[in-house]
Amino acid sequence: MTQPVWLSERVQWIGALDPTMRSFDIVLKTPNGTTYNAYAVRGSEGVAVIDTVKEACAEQFFTRLEAVASYDEIKVIVLNHLEPDHTGALPELMRRAPQAKLYISKSAQLMLKALLNQQDIDYTPVGTSDTVSLGDRTLRFLHTPYLHWPDTQCTYLEEEYMLFSGDVFGCHFCDERLFNDKVGDFRFAFEYYYAHIMRPFREHVLNALAILEPLRMNIIAPTHGPILRDQPKRYMQRYRELSGQRLQSEVNADEKTLVIFYISAYGSTTQMAQMIRAGAEQVAGVRASLYDMEGGDADLFVDLVEDADGILIGSPTINGDAVKPAWDLVSSFAKINVRGKLAGAFGSYGWSGEAVRMLEDRLRGLKMRLPQSGVRIKLIPSSEELEECRRYGQEAGEHLMGVNAPRVLDMADLLASRQAQV
Amino acid sequence: MSKYNITFADIGTTITVPRGTRIVEVAEKVGASIPFGCKENDCGDCMIEVLEGAYNLSIPSALETELLKQKFGKSNNRLACQAMVLGDVTVKPA
Repeated sequence: MTQPVWLSERVQWIGALDPTMRSFDIVLKTPNGTTYNAYAVRGSEGVAVIDTVKEACAEQFFTRLEAVASYDEIKVIVLNHLEPDHTGALPELMRRAPQAKLYISKSAQLMLKALLNQQDIDYTPVGTSDTVSLGDRTLRFLHTPYLHWPDTQCTYLEEEYMLFSGDVFGCHFCDERLFNDKVGDFRFAFEYYYAHIMRPFREHVLNALAILEPLRMNIIAPTHGPILRDQPKRYMQRYRELSGQRLQSEVNADEKTLVIFYISAYGSTTQMAQMIRAGAEQVAGVRASLYDMEGGDADLFVDLVEDADGILIGSPTINGDAVKPAWDLVSSFAKINVRGKLAGAFGSYGWSGEAVRMLEDRLRGLKMRLPQSGVRIKLIPSSEELEECRRYGQEAGEHLMGVNAPRVLDMADLLASRQAQV
Repeated sequence: MSKYNITFADIGTTITVPRGTRIVEVAEKVGASIPFGCKENDCGDCMIEVLEGAYNLSIPSALETELLKQKFGKSNNRLACQAMVLGDVTVKPA
């Protein structure tokens, strides 16, 4: 089957099927394979090609494209997202249709140059409310960045109320019947795609929904998986639900939550965690909770982290490193947005104690905010050392509530104190 | 060497630094909530808003100006990985 598929009299699917793909972008499992959806829109004054396909599938794409238009009719190429699975066939398409004008989002400009390794590309950067006319058909661009790259945009075919959404509302599900009312049950693929691709960008999803929800919608045509022509708005509604809070909030608006994760071999790091919580609880408005990483797993904790205002992680040092459950927890943060959350690390150690600084560096790398230097205690905490933990917890609470006393530091002291601790 | 104060308004912290210190050199160490990505004038993640003392930061390079423009920066925005402290200044994440 290498025929194009009609979405309407003027719009055809010219994408590619990739039924045997089993993992995508390293991080995703794709038991149903995937599709790379590209579309052709015919207006009275030319044809627009919206997105392309992965390079390895280019032949399918060009065969379908040739069945609906000749290359000299192509006036416009729109790229909603520059990831190689949608731009692999672009260089060849540009060679075959050199007259076509390229339309990309304003944030995609540097990426396009890096993708094609070419500086002198002729393109038009567009933003929300910019349009391009194909005569009796009009494409309107909508700036919906960070879904799931900085460059992403959606394109709306005004006369047909059709949204070319890029990866948004897509999923990895290959079924040649193509339309959501014909294909097999793809609900799992849809949810899985959201959880792994869109969830880290929750705020941006909400911003995009605010732009997309008011639009009249006959068809949502994403770049992967089924074309959503039966009740398309239901999928927007599902995104709205998924981008809400995972856990029912029990926290009042004037409270902030601090989640303290810890794991302990002989109980020392546990004692530290308990004192840190006690210290944090002294600050009005802080709701601190303790979780032993030994009794749970990162996939469950990540929902908690997503809604928390601050995260502290306690790990002992074993063989010069933090322990695996701590690293598993931190690596699960890639599924959500932790940028700007308060973070810190602490732990007991036997003789070298590298875990705390290693965790701090990683948390900083995740763009979390670490205003304090974490507490490290050799072996069993003394009563003075437990007091240090209490103070650390209290200061964490103060930073969380924004009531910490203004600090004046000297850079030289700052560098010296960090070096002394490492 | 002369020293100046940089204040991170978001965390209420002031640091005395030698003239010519790049903001990136201290921001992470004190836990300011400026997110850093590449730290080399490419990703634009570390955009800040200068609240006071804009003239006490080094003049933006052609590359910084270009990136700020692409990231829709305003006249009071800078990149913390590029701007150097040449006098007292107060900043916060953009």
